[in-house]
Amino acid sequence: MRKLVRHLAAMAAIVVAGGLLSATLVRLAPGFGTDERQLDSRLNSESVEALRQARARDRNIPSFYLHYLLRALRGDLGESRTLNRPVRQLLAERLPVTARLVGAGLLAGWLCAVLLAVGATLTRKPACDLLATLVGALFLSVPAAVLALLFVFASAPACLAIALVVFPKVFSYTRNLLAKSYSLPHLMTAYAKGSGPLRILVWHVLPVAGTQLLAVAGISVSIALGAAIPVEALCGIAGIGQLAWQAALGRDLPLLVNLTVLVTVVTLAANWGSEFAGRDLRTREA
Amino acid sequence: MRRVRQSAWVLLALVVIGSLGAGLWAPADYATQFREAPNSPPSHQHWLGTDELGRDRFSRVLYGTRVSLLMAPAAALLSTLLATLAGGIAGYLGGWWERIAMAATDLFLSMPWLFLLLVVRAMLPLNVSPITSIAVTFLLLGLLGWAASARVLCAGTRGLRDSDFVLQARASGLRGFRLLALHVMPNLKPVLLAQFWISIPVFIISEANLGILGLGVAEPLPSWGSLLRELEGFTSFGFEAWKLVPLLLLVLVVSSFQIILSRDEVYA
Repeated sequence: MRKLVRHLAAMAAIVVAGGLLSATLVRLAPGFGTDERQLDSRLNSESVEALRQARARDRNIPSFYLHYLLRALRGDLGESRTLNRPVRQLLAERLPVTARLVGAGLLAGWLCAVLLAVGATLTRKPACDLLATLVGALFLSVPAAVLALLFVFASAPACLAIALVVFPKVFSYTRNLLAKSYSLPHLMTAYAKGSGPLRILVWHVLPVAGTQLLAVAGISVSIALGAAIPVEALCGIAGIGQLAWQAALGRDLPLLVNLTVLVTVVTLAANWGSEFAGRDLRTREA
Repeated sequence: MRRVRQSAWVLLALVVIGSLGAGLWAPADYATQFREAPNSPPSHQHWLGTDELGRDRFSRVLYGTRVSLLMAPAAALLSTLLATLAGGIAGYLGGWWERIAMAATDLFLSMPWLFLLLVVRAMLPLNVSPITSIAVTFLLLGLLGWAASARVLCAGTRGLRDSDFVLQARASGLRGFRLLALHVMPNLKPVLLAQFWISIPVFIISEANLGILGLGVAEPLPSWGSLLRELEGFTSFGFEAWKLVPLLLLVLVVSSFQIILSRDEVYA
């Protein structure tokens, strides 16, 4: 329990530091604080001054961030400068879209990777090994943005582009892990005693490799989230990735800080969730 | 597998030599516009056709390859140096130094790489000269890409710090920088080299992603990222297959790196 509390405290500290880092970066960016509405000749001097004042509040980063955190605790995430809409509303609209996209991509990527890795390990032929290495290397070499463009061209589901980004990393790790597990001495004994390949896989290999595969599960969430940015931006999907892209280009401070915090929370939660699940599995085995 | 690895080395060498000699065998400068022949298909004069501004695509591929293949190793060198400083010193000193360095590493690793890169790149000026844009893009890759390597190096240095031979060296009176330089760093060399080589394909791919999103190297200077932007208007595999040449080259080069590096996984 104490360890869990310590983990949560560390997670909160990293999230707060991540938000502060992105706020500082936006503040230091050239062109920050300018508002094109100030050039609108229909606005009188008081309105222009009011706009300038509103921007001036954001110039002091510690003050902006403190106010942001206090407001966030009350559920107010501020308003997007570029889209002129409450950030909370934008996140509520777009989060499910990205969750579906990333979820489907992760599922498809993992399914392909694990099935192919098991197949390549069980066949144990140099040609299969070579083919597996080449397939992994090929997909590792295509940028996510190119995959997104090719999927737009082919009118294929965008989640498959994310699956192809996740697949090679999970595949190469799973294949190496399974190869290592199959060379353990107790598996040789199981083979010698006549156990079938499926029985060996389910009873002897997967329990050993499972805990380490869980660690990759956490990392693959981060990979898929990263891939969602070019995929959503280029495929025209209104999700969190596209929002991050628009916020970065528009130097939209409130939106960018919220997105950084959100992405950091999701990544950390995925990593620590997989770490705890792995620890739980190891404890049960022991 | 050894033959495939050898082939990968040969291919990489050919591409590097080809791109380094771009000035010698490129039929035109990367910025020269043949205004009478925009979007032309491959011909004797333009082997890979021209782009929408009438620039020779083959020349741009050669120059773009040179930019990516020279700058990605430079960024990898910078990130490995930073990782050595952060991870190596933290692992060697231990205690609070290690905790602070690892907290910074956690912070960088808690954000997806492309998200971090996108946010920081968008914060920097976008309307800069092409040469400055190259420096900014690859400097950023080097400055932000150190975290994962730092973690590996920290673990490696910690292992060496607690090893028997370092303990013996300490007992013999060797301390501080001399101990680090004489016993720890030479033994970290394989890890450092592996991290350096692993970073190169990662940075090539990241530059390509940034370039396609319009945040990479500025026009008219080509890089693989900016060359791949042409795929946005791609309409047919049959009639415009030559537009895929930069992608094919990128895939071949990065795959070659992956195949060569598959041997170094033990250090990664």
